[in-house]
Amino acid sequence: MKPVRIVEGRAVPLDRSDVDTDQIIPSDWLKQVERTGFEKGLFGEWRDEPSFVLNREEHAGAKILLAGPNFGTGSSREHAVWAIMQYGFEAVISPRFGPIFANNSTKNGLVCAQLEAAVCDQIMAAVQADPTLEIVIDVKRLTVEVPAIDVNVSFPLGASIQHRFLEGLDDIGLTMQKGDDITAFESARPTYMPAS
Amino acid sequence: MSATSSSPTHSSPTPSALRTLSQKVWDSHVVKAEDDGSALLYIDLHLVHEVTSPQAFEGLRLTGRTVRRPDLTVATEDHNVPTEGQSQPIADPVSKKQIETLRVNTEEFGIVNYPMGHINQGIVHVIGPELGLTQPGMTVVCGDSHTSTHGAFGALSFGIGTSEVEHVLATQTLPQQPQETMAVTINGTLPDGSSAKDVVLAVLARTGTSGGIGAIAEYRGSVIEALSMEGRMTVCNMSIEWGAKAGLIAPDQVTFDYLKGRPKAPAGAEWDAAVDAWKQLRTDEGAIFDREIVLDGADCVPHITWGTNPGQVAPIASTVPNPADMADAGDRDAATRALDYMGLTAGMSMRDIDIDTVFIGSCTNSRIEDLRAAAAVAKGRKVKDGMRTLVVPGSGLVQKQAVEEGLDKIFTEAGFDWREPGCSMCLAMNPDKLSPGERSASTSNRNFEGRQGRGGRTHLVSPAVAAATAIAGHVATPEDLT
Ligand code: SF4
Repeated sequence: MKPVRIVEGRAVPLDRSDVDTDQIIPSDWLKQVERTGFEKGLFGEWRDEPSFVLNREEHAGAKILLAGPNFGTGSSREHAVWAIMQYGFEAVISPRFGPIFANNSTKNGLVCAQLEAAVCDQIMAAVQADPTLEIVIDVKRLTVEVPAIDVNVSFPLGASIQHRFLEGLDDIGLTMQKGDDITAFESARPTYMPAS
Repeated sequence: MSATSSSPTHSSPTPSALRTLSQKVWDSHVVKAEDDGSALLYIDLHLVHEVTSPQAFEGLRLTGRTVRRPDLTVATEDHNVPTEGQSQPIADPVSKKQIETLRVNTEEFGIVNYPMGHINQGIVHVIGPELGLTQPGMTVVCGDSHTSTHGAFGALSFGIGTSEVEHVLATQTLPQQPQETMAVTINGTLPDGSSAKDVVLAVLARTGTSGGIGAIAEYRGSVIEALSMEGRMTVCNMSIEWGAKAGLIAPDQVTFDYLKGRPKAPAGAEWDAAVDAWKQLRTDEGAIFDREIVLDGADCVPHITWGTNPGQVAPIASTVPNPADMADAGDRDAATRALDYMGLTAGMSMRDIDIDTVFIGSCTNSRIEDLRAAAAVAKGRKVKDGMRTLVVPGSGLVQKQAVEEGLDKIFTEAGFDWREPGCSMCLAMNPDKLSPGERSASTSNRNFEGRQGRGGRTHLVSPAVAAATAIAGHVATPEDLT
């Protein structure tokens, strides 16, 4: 993945709770065997409505998705992360993420900034009032800043994941460097364990 | 992220510390521990299906990597397969391509694949246990969130994304962040007419969709101990629905009896060694969970979902809730939107909800016991005129056993549509779909908007309730039938 240090830009306010991955990318799209082209399916069932927030002109080109609580719950489909990123988002802010979605995001370089619900509400209201509001997410300092409304808060990210984001490291490559440890572990596995 | 923000508990500081079941499984799979509490875990079993694997195999090809342990990897075709005419080629060209891609990939990388029509084919979470591939104390992963099902055996099992599928294929390991532990204790006994599905729906009624986020749960207590392996799988299956990453149950005699003699279970001296090791897989007396909830078995009455997430659930004997009565503004908004989508009125009796499609199947409820429970209700009765029904066994082996027991005949004589194995209407990637506005009673695990077909409306229930509903034409329990 590419290094991710700062995400800076405007946001789309998706003011709904429990947006599961079936909503993010409907199952019709899961039949693809390629890794690209999913932006067209993003929020598939809602996109037909002209008034849906993603369709509004004032939010065109936004880099940050501002979501409600329990964003990305449900199915493990990584296609949800691909759809969000291929559409042009680089970060999602929410009070609470589905864990598999959050984990999938770390493999692709999508920043999931989990903030207190009250702060999320504050940012949501401010972006709804002023779509031009600028938000800065700093992966090095692990902060979300919205200078116009005096918000400057931090978000959690495991140290090893942060390191991979900042350096743009490939997870698999890192693990393959530990090949000797894996071989040693394998030689000690109980013999009763099943094989295909 | 949400999973990493809490205090790590999985890396036990000293070997003598008291540990929970999941900590024991974690500790025995650490290939390398990191300073931040994360660890590289070894994966004992990697299950693969056609939907979440093509991009992972493509990744291997692009980087020139191979599959480290094809012998610990098993594939099957489940999500896309039609449930009739499986001996014929798949009509939908896109589904067909995905299935063919899996066949090419498994062939190229030397992985066993159970294709459509093979006796071992089926929903990935049904075939692992029934072949004896899923055993206590293992780590099991699959590119599918309902991998939590395998936790019923005391295995640490969880769903992963496609990047992680590629990671496991290449290295047979996964870097993991530590998780909180959570106990779900269900005491007492189940009321008559309730099943494992009602247990987990009652948990959802308590926790909502987020009560378990960031946690690895352990289900325990007398209600859980009294469940069969099939029932335990139903409970663990829906762990993800209330936010838990995984759900485990300590293995016991019920587990050992289920496994004994299965094709991939150990035999002879190996069996004895395995059982000795499996008996250690219990939470130590006095070990501390980060969180705990306690339920009474008496609360696990038959439940049904009324909304568009599995946490929007209530007893069948109750009424559709009124959003105005909800204290939390977020819940209120979500409930209002859900009732609108579902076309329901607050205050109406659950039993007054008319249903036009009944689906009995999915990795939650497509095992032999589920089919027996539904058949017991169907026997000697007739499906309501105009009702569409699908009874979809979870695997070729379940299908075979059901036929041997004559369940298929009971279903067809009652007017149910008896199908061939697959995920089917659980997620509508094959031709089994709801049309806009159609309403199902479904034994699956997700009632999200559009989950069973665009505009479709889903009510999650147990197999017995689904069967009774097919006969009554509206939401019903077996006791309602004359
Ligand atoms: S039955 Fe449904 S939930 Fe289970 S694996 Fe298939 S699609 Fe997923």
